Parts: sequence; C-alpha cells; structure tokens
Amino acid sequence: MAEKYTKRFDGRKMNETRPIVAKAGVIKNADGSAYFKIGDTIAYAAVYGPREVFPRFMQNPTKGILRVNYNMMAFSGPGERNRPGPNRRAKEISLVSEKALLPVLDLEKYPNTVIDVYIELPQTDAGSRCAGISAASIALADAGVEMKDMVPAVAVGMVGDTPVVDLSYHEEQPGDDMETVDIPIAMVPSTGEVTLLQMDGITNKDSILKVIELAKDACVVIAETQRAALREKYAGESK
Amino acid sequence: MSELKIGEREVVVPGQLLAVGMDFLPSHGTYRLGEQIIANRLGVSVVEGKVIKTIPLAGVYLPKRNDIVIGRVLDILSMGWRVELKSPYTGLIPIKDGTFEFIPRGADLSRYYSIGEYFVGKITNVSGQNLIDVSVKGQGLHKLRGGRFVKVNTNKVPRIIGKKGSMVSMIKQATDCKITVGQNGLIWLMGEPAMENLVVKTIKKIENESHISGLTNRIKEFLETATGKKLEAINEESGDNSNGSDDSNNQSKERDE
Amino acid sequence: MNKESQMSNGKEHMIKAITADIRYDGRKKDELRPVSIEYGVSTTADGSAKITCGNTEIIVGVSLTLGTPYSDRPDEGTLMVSCELLPIAHPTIESGPPSINAIEISRVIDRGIRESGAMDVKGLCIEPGVKVWMVSVDVIPINHDGNLIDIGSLGAIAAITKTLMPKIEDGVANYKEKTKNALKLQHTPVPITVCKMGDQIFVDPTKEEEQNLDARLTIAVMEDDNICSLQKGGGAGFTSEELKIAFELAVAKSKEFRKYLA
Repeated sequence: MAEKYTKRFDGRKMNETRPIVAKAGVIKNADGSAYFKIGDTIAYAAVYGPREVFPRFMQNPTKGILRVNYNMMAFSGPGERNRPGPNRRAKEISLVSEKALLPVLDLEKYPNTVIDVYIELPQTDAGSRCAGISAASIALADAGVEMKDMVPAVAVGMVGDTPVVDLSYHEEQPGDDMETVDIPIAMVPSTGEVTLLQMDGITNKDSILKVIELAKDACVVIAETQRAALREKYAGESK
Repeated sequence: MSELKIGEREVVVPGQLLAVGMDFLPSHGTYRLGEQIIANRLGVSVVEGKVIKTIPLAGVYLPKRNDIVIGRVLDILSMGWRVELKSPYTGLIPIKDGTFEFIPRGADLSRYYSIGEYFVGKITNVSGQNLIDVSVKGQGLHKLRGGRFVKVNTNKVPRIIGKKGSMVSMIKQATDCKITVGQNGLIWLMGEPAMENLVVKTIKKIENESHISGLTNRIKEFLETATGKKLEAINEESGDNSNGSDDSNNQSKERDE
Repeated sequence: MNKESQMSNGKEHMIKAITADIRYDGRKKDELRPVSIEYGVSTTADGSAKITCGNTEIIVGVSLTLGTPYSDRPDEGTLMVSCELLPIAHPTIESGPPSINAIEISRVIDRGIRESGAMDVKGLCIEPGVKVWMVSVDVIPINHDGNLIDIGSLGAIAAITKTLMPKIEDGVANYKEKTKNALKLQHTPVPITVCKMGDQIFVDPTKEEEQNLDARLTIAVMEDDNICSLQKGGGAGFTSEELKIAFELAVAKSKEFRKYLA
C-alpha cells in the first residue's frame, strides 16, 4: 500500500512555496535584469532589447520576436558536472518559457526587433524552469517592456495522493513507494490565463484541475514578490 | 463603485491595479480590463482628473520627429549614410541632409562622413515602417570631434537637461565642459579629464536620484563642493534656451512628458 | 576627416585622459578597482565564489568528479579550467560555440593555475592508474566590464580554496555528503594584465578601455614573486623598456590583488 505523504520533507504546509528572494536590476550591462531564488533554486535573467535582429532574416516586419535562452551552469545540477552548452532539454525549456511570456507582451509595438532574454542558473533544486520564467518576467518589466501583467510560475503536483505546491528536488523523486506528479505552471494573475503547462507523472483529470486551482494562490504570492522586487529597486522613485 | 487605488506619483509595475470604475480613462502606460485600469509598464503614476497614465522609468529610445539625437555612422550607402541611434531602429541621413556643402552626383560619400563618426542630428521623419530620417543640416547640428560619450536611460534625459536647459547649463558652468545631450540617451562631453569625470559622476547622480525632490539644489551643492566654485542660482523658469546642445538650438524638452 | 583619424578620435581622447593619470572612471594608471568576493554562491557546486571588481561580476564553480587518470600520469588527478562568455554578460556577446576570445581567456587562466603547480595533483590520486579526482573549474562572467582574465583567475583561486571533497562510498562520489577536507592549493598565482594604449601603460582595464588597447601582457605572479605564465595579446608590440615597467607593475599589483583572498 502506498505511503501517504502527510508531512513534507522540509516541514512546509502543502500549499506553501519555499522562501523566495527576488531582486531587480542585478546585471548592469542589461536593459533589464533580475535574480530570483526559490528554496535552493536560483535563476538570473537578463533582457537585451528591443534591439535589432541578427541574423537579419529572422526579422518580422509586423511584430517583434521574443527569444529566450535558458541555460544551467555546468555545476548547477544535483550530481556530477554537466558539459556546458545547449542540450535538447535546455532548448525545449527555452521554447516553453518563451510561450509562457508571450501572452502578456504586445510585440506589435516593436516590429523588426528582437527581445533577447537570457536565463542562467548557478544552482538548482527543482522548479528551475519556473524560477527562470519568474526571473524573466521581472527582467522584462525592469527593461521597460510593455506587458499586461507579471508572469509568475511554480511547479505544483502530487506526492502520493497529496496535492503539493512548489515541489522540491526530493519531492520530485521521493522513492519507490510513492508516485509523484510534477506540473510546472505559469499563470497571469489578472486574468487567470495559464501560459505554461507541462506534466511529468500519471493521474486523472480531476486531480490535475484540482492541483491547478492550488497554483492560482501560489502564483498570486509569487507575483507579489516579483512586483516588490521592482518597487524596491525604485524605492522613493516617485515625486 | 469608482475608486482610485494608487496615490499621486507612485511607482507602479505591470499588472498593478490603478483604479476601478468606468469613469476613469486609461492613457499612456495603462489599459482597461473590464472595470479595472491596470498599469502595463514600469513607471510613475500620474492622475489628471479622471485620466490615468504613467511616466516610464525604463525602456529603449523610440525615435520621434524633431528629437535632437547623437548618432554614429554605421554604413555608407548610395543614397546617404546609415546611422546608429542607440535605438532598436537605425536611421538614414539622406544625401541632401548630410551637410550644407554641395555634394556632387556620384561623389564619394565617405569624404563627408566615415564609418564610426559621431554627430548631433535631428529626426526629421519616422515612417509607419519605422524608417527613420535624420538631418545634420541645421543650426546646432554637426559632427562631433574628440570628447567622450556616456549612455544614460533615455527616460532620464529631461531631468539631465532640466527645465529650459537649466540643469545641463549649471553643469557646464561648473565644469567648463562642452556637453551635448541627445534625446536618445547618448551624451557627448569634452573638457579637462578631471572635469569630464565630474560631469559623468553628476549625470549618474541625476539618473539615480531623479525621483527625490530638490534635485537641482542638491546637484548645485554637489558641484560647488567638487569644484570650489560658487554657482549662479539658475532660475528654472528663465534658464538659457539650449536643449543641452552647445550651440543655441531652441528645442527644450519639458521635465514631464 | 578620413577613416583612420575618426576611428582613433575616441581613442586619442582616452589616451589624453590616461596620460593625465585620470582615467575615465577617475582611477590612476596603476589603480585596481575595488574587489569583493562572496563564497558559497552555488550550493550544487563543490566549491564556488562570486567575485566583483568594479562592474565586472564573475561566478566561479568548482566540480569534482571521479575518473581515470591519463596513462602518462597514472598517479595524478586532473585540472581543467574553462571560461564561458555568455550573452547574459554583455550586449555584444552572441550565443554559440566559444569564440576565440573566450578560448584564449580559458587557456590563459588555466595555464596560470596549472603551471604554478598550485594544485597538488598527486594528492588527487585515489588509486594509481585506476581512480583520481578530476577538478573542473567553470569561470562564468555575468556582467562583463573588462579584465576577465585577472578577475576570473582570482575568483577561480578563491573558489578552489573553499572546495570540500565529496565522500567516496563504494567507489562512487557522494555529492550530498562533503568531507571536511578542502582542495589544497600549494601556491596562489595571481595574473595581472598590463595594458598599453599609445605610450601609456596601465592595469585593470574596463571594457571601454579594452576596446582601445594596442597591446596587453598578462603576467601571472606567484606569492614568492616568481612568474609562472605569460601571454601577450593585441596587435602592437612592447618595447624592452615597457616590458621592464610591466613586470614591476605586475609583481607589485599581484600582491594587492592577492590580499582579497580570505
């Protein structure tokens, strides 16, 4: 009989995210940047743009393009060092991250340009793509890019039958006797739109929908940390 | 139920609720979602009656007609010179607007501008396709020789220039440096090395403290301490008429949008 | 104005400032920017540091892996230092395979540490011919404002000094459990890149200054003032008088730079 997950490995409540540290404007050369730490996962994001597109053939005369590049530093994984350079997983994460951010942007305002977003992670403990998207969202706002809202992201899921928010690495692989479901999700707070949705694991549709409901509150919390990071940078900017 | 959710001159961030109610009107930097008025960029809120807008705190320079900008020649084409404007869009100086000199047909255009040269120009046209025309033919428009360049946030340029050029005039007076401020956030300066550094420090200070009131007086004190000079109190209303350019050029950008 | 003189116009003005010993950021020619080092910035790395010098910011991570030694050095562990120039650090850096610039930086940092014998490679041997520790040092600038070789090297040494060896269980490294043994450094080589612009000689260039350099000479100095590595870059040459000045400057400044190591 599968064990029931009643107490989280790190003692959190089931719907509690790990502690978050969010800062804006951390990379001086960039047009906008951010540092986003959730639990032991850290993501840096830098935005360059809107700027001229190279290679030229990629230009779109009707609207700007968003180009996201997600990369884990060689020493950021849990085990051995990974050879640096883009791998298929990173390329896929770059793609879904781009799709997660697009819905809040109005790229028709910037035709024939590119907005480059670079996400680098020096250390990870699950939820890395979500941390990357959360950081990227702050960096885009920091760069003055027009966006309808922030894009907070978090991994929700189930350990055994228990719905949880913000799975840690340990929860992603709890052991032989417990099944786990991992659902990275990004949600626009003002509209409730889901802009990132993936899943690892097996479960029924009702459980998935239930767990997505949990994500709503977590995303509102994360969005507040994103906005606070921006305000903090400009503390006293008014008047 | 109509309600304003923010105070006057508050830092607002994308997605932030600014007001609720159909009688409010969304303007620059805001949009309506049902009953709500929401910010769509990082900025400072401005409420004028029922109209809500934001002044951007960040964002790239998007060229506007009549702006005075500092640019750099990128390429020499058959119809003119392609130029970089520290913007996502490059510009073009058409042959006829390059110089007051007569340029004969088929002339070697690199005689007039070579790649890498900087200039002060004026945006004469921005087409729907974001094709930007620039002119260097006019009062106060010319090549820039020597000196050094500083890049600032384009949104801070009005504060660096000051009302009717009062801020930049004060800096010039204190440091004896020539200074030209482009609306695109590129600033050219030339003077003695130590004074040039003081100009750069002052500009960075203005960039960082533009929000705190009493900026002009603080900068005046900063410059007086650094140079030991007593500076004329610049009356912001009647300050000299430059836009920051060293040649008199009757453009001056007001502090607010 | 012809092409050459305009291109050098910005450079001429910069040389004027340097000659007056008032560089664009106010520093003297022989002045280093302030440095700060933060340790443990990556808990997944076996050792890590973030070094800031002026506006240049670099993250360094050290990784230890168990592997087989080279056949010609069966009782020695291995060391590999590499620097990645990522587009996050500067608007002009492009995505893609390492540029020749990045490769040069990697190899110069690597040589400075390797040739000094700083790493006790024999001490990394667990079983001769069978099992040794392989040390990888990844130097990753996240904000590029010049002088990546010197700052990256100092960061690498700093990260190495705080690297704890993982436990070995059943012939496999257990990264979750660290021993109390730190990676030992027998020397602390510190490179100083001496720059030449016109007839001016200075150290610790910003990116703006690097763009106008005529030549540079990286001199890696050990704690006993011996020199363990040299690399000359740039298209112009150094006179023998300039070389003399460069060596003196490097030896003096390396001491200052080394002080930042805990």
